[in-house]
Amino acid sequence: MLARLRVMLVKELLQLRRDRSAMLRLIVPLVVQMLMFGYAATFTVHHVATAVLDLDHSSASRDLVSHFVASGRFDVVDRTTDENRLRNDVAHDVAVIGIVLHAGFQRHLQDGGGAPLQVIVDGTNSNTALIALGYIGQIVARFSADQAAALAGSAENRSGPGPGVALQVVPWFNQGLEDTWFFIPGIIGSLTLLQIVSLTAFAIVREREVGTLEQILVSPISAVEFVLGKTLPSFLIGLGDIALVCAIGILWFHVPFVGDPLVLLAGSMLFLLATVSMGLLLSTYSHTQQQAFALNFFFVNPFFILSGFAFPIAAMPRVLQWFTLINPLRYFLVVIRAVFLKGVGFSVLWPEFAAMAALALVMLAASVSRFRASMTT
Amino acid sequence: MIAESLSKRFGDFTAVDQLSLRIGRGEVMGFIGPNGAGKSTTIRMLCGLIPPSGGRATVAGFDVGRESQRVREHIGYMSQKFSLYSDLTVGENLRFFAGIYRVPTKELGPRMRYAVSMAGLEGQQDTLVGTLAGGWKQRLALGCAILHRPPVLFLDEPTSGVEPEARRRFWDLIHDLAAEGVTTLVSTHYMDEAEYCNRIALIDRGRLVAIGSPGELRERGLGGALYELACRPLGAAVEALQGQSGVLEAAIFGDRMHVVADPAMLGLPALVERLRAGGIEVDAAGPAPPSLEDVFVHLVARGRDRRITS
Repeated sequence: MLARLRVMLVKELLQLRRDRSAMLRLIVPLVVQMLMFGYAATFTVHHVATAVLDLDHSSASRDLVSHFVASGRFDVVDRTTDENRLRNDVAHDVAVIGIVLHAGFQRHLQDGGGAPLQVIVDGTNSNTALIALGYIGQIVARFSADQAAALAGSAENRSGPGPGVALQVVPWFNQGLEDTWFFIPGIIGSLTLLQIVSLTAFAIVREREVGTLEQILVSPISAVEFVLGKTLPSFLIGLGDIALVCAIGILWFHVPFVGDPLVLLAGSMLFLLATVSMGLLLSTYSHTQQQAFALNFFFVNPFFILSGFAFPIAAMPRVLQWFTLINPLRYFLVVIRAVFLKGVGFSVLWPEFAAMAALALVMLAASVSRFRASMTT
Repeated sequence: MIAESLSKRFGDFTAVDQLSLRIGRGEVMGFIGPNGAGKSTTIRMLCGLIPPSGGRATVAGFDVGRESQRVREHIGYMSQKFSLYSDLTVGENLRFFAGIYRVPTKELGPRMRYAVSMAGLEGQQDTLVGTLAGGWKQRLALGCAILHRPPVLFLDEPTSGVEPEARRRFWDLIHDLAAEGVTTLVSTHYMDEAEYCNRIALIDRGRLVAIGSPGELRERGLGGALYELACRPLGAAVEALQGQSGVLEAAIFGDRMHVVADPAMLGLPALVERLRAGGIEVDAAGPAPPSLEDVFVHLVARGRDRRITS
């Protein structure tokens, strides 16, 4: 068995070496996408275009606006006293947020009756709107606290600040709540899935299309020898991929790596086993590269979206949540994030390891048994 | 190589229908039939690539269903689809297939040299296969298929798309191998190639229609004697003979007419007499040697008629 496997691997290596652009094809898109996504995939919103309608013209209203500007999240693009102009600004994409300070803002603030502040949000991009609203909440809260402190200071008759709950948020594992730290490990897993599934599937389907597969199948080689010979190179390329993009994440994006590299290696190997098996399984259902492409598109894209890469699995409809259970990327993302940021090991991550191993075994067994059968039609 | 009532069904479609065939050691058996007749399916079953749905077959003494692994060790296979790696060199391809068939290391050198000289590619071991012309590729593919010295060789339309001169050379190689005792089953749709075979099996719609040497098939295949007549008007002559007693078949053949007649009922003089009596001018008439193509067309048509009536 080892002798034939070696012959297969030598052949794959020769073909890879002969293909001068192969290395370029494998590495360049990976690095470029890693850099691109690393910068682009973020929930942080900066410099939101903001229009201000100040009908109060008071020191309090100016103070609130300066709080907005000082936060760095909002750029005031227009100050006006005309309500219609504000509407136009939001409607014509000049501003995403409109802040309306009605007349009497300062008076209400000082007499303790509660000062109304109106915020208009362009909801077309619901995500940006929600994030911006979150910032607005924080800014307004800080402004109120400052005002309350100033009032308390000036009015000696009051005995200290009134009762209240002071929320102290201390995020663990990512103190700065840097979302790059969240996304980079996710990108590493996703890019690997996208590249390795198609690499494996196409390597086999190409041989089927050219006819060399049939030539090999009439030889005494066993399905296991052929399958191993065809998938081991993809597996090794996948390991190289993960190492490369991890290095970019750590060295370029400065994502901390607090865990044990061996835990990540073990997780990556199981993940790649599942990924390669998936490519193999797709190849047994494809007679042409077009079919392989269609199947790849049909399965890999949902696996990417439904992995928890960006959208929390817990927020998905129940049926889709079940579907994520057969998604190896879902488990790997838990592993890679945990190893990068939390530094936990096998004792915590064993359910993910077990799930990836089970998926890999089922798909591998199915592909090997389908392999000869897939030649009959 | 023995096949007994070998069948293959794909759903409702019967691709191979109870085919029985025996090929002796060192024999070159031609496999002829229209496209879709079941030639490739039969060969693929005999190679152990696909399991038969019914019947059984042994190749080199091994059952193709139960011992397909052993069968694959003892056969060479080459298909119409060109099946070498075009991005590998001649030598790399040979080494790869030798490795897959586990050719012993000490025999590797001489066998590779043999395959290279057989393909006429001496000194071109480092040439990429993708840059070779069709005929060379085909001979190299044959060289790869026999690196492990298989006693049985299956060739599925090996010469399709290759120019005539290269086809001729290819057949010389097949006969060289047969002389060494290699049993060969080769499918083709070139009639001239059928003549090179020791025996021919004609199959249509999954069934064996006729089997025999080219000479035998020419002699008895038509079921009567073939006459060639030059006569005017040609169309009227054919019409006058069709359905007549003793006439098995009458058809236009180029600028002449071919008539198959039962010699016991209708000799050549009687045939000419009958035409002249019908007002047709006969300029020349004589017996003609039937081509294999005549025979195959006749046998396939007859087989289909029978199946419709039965």
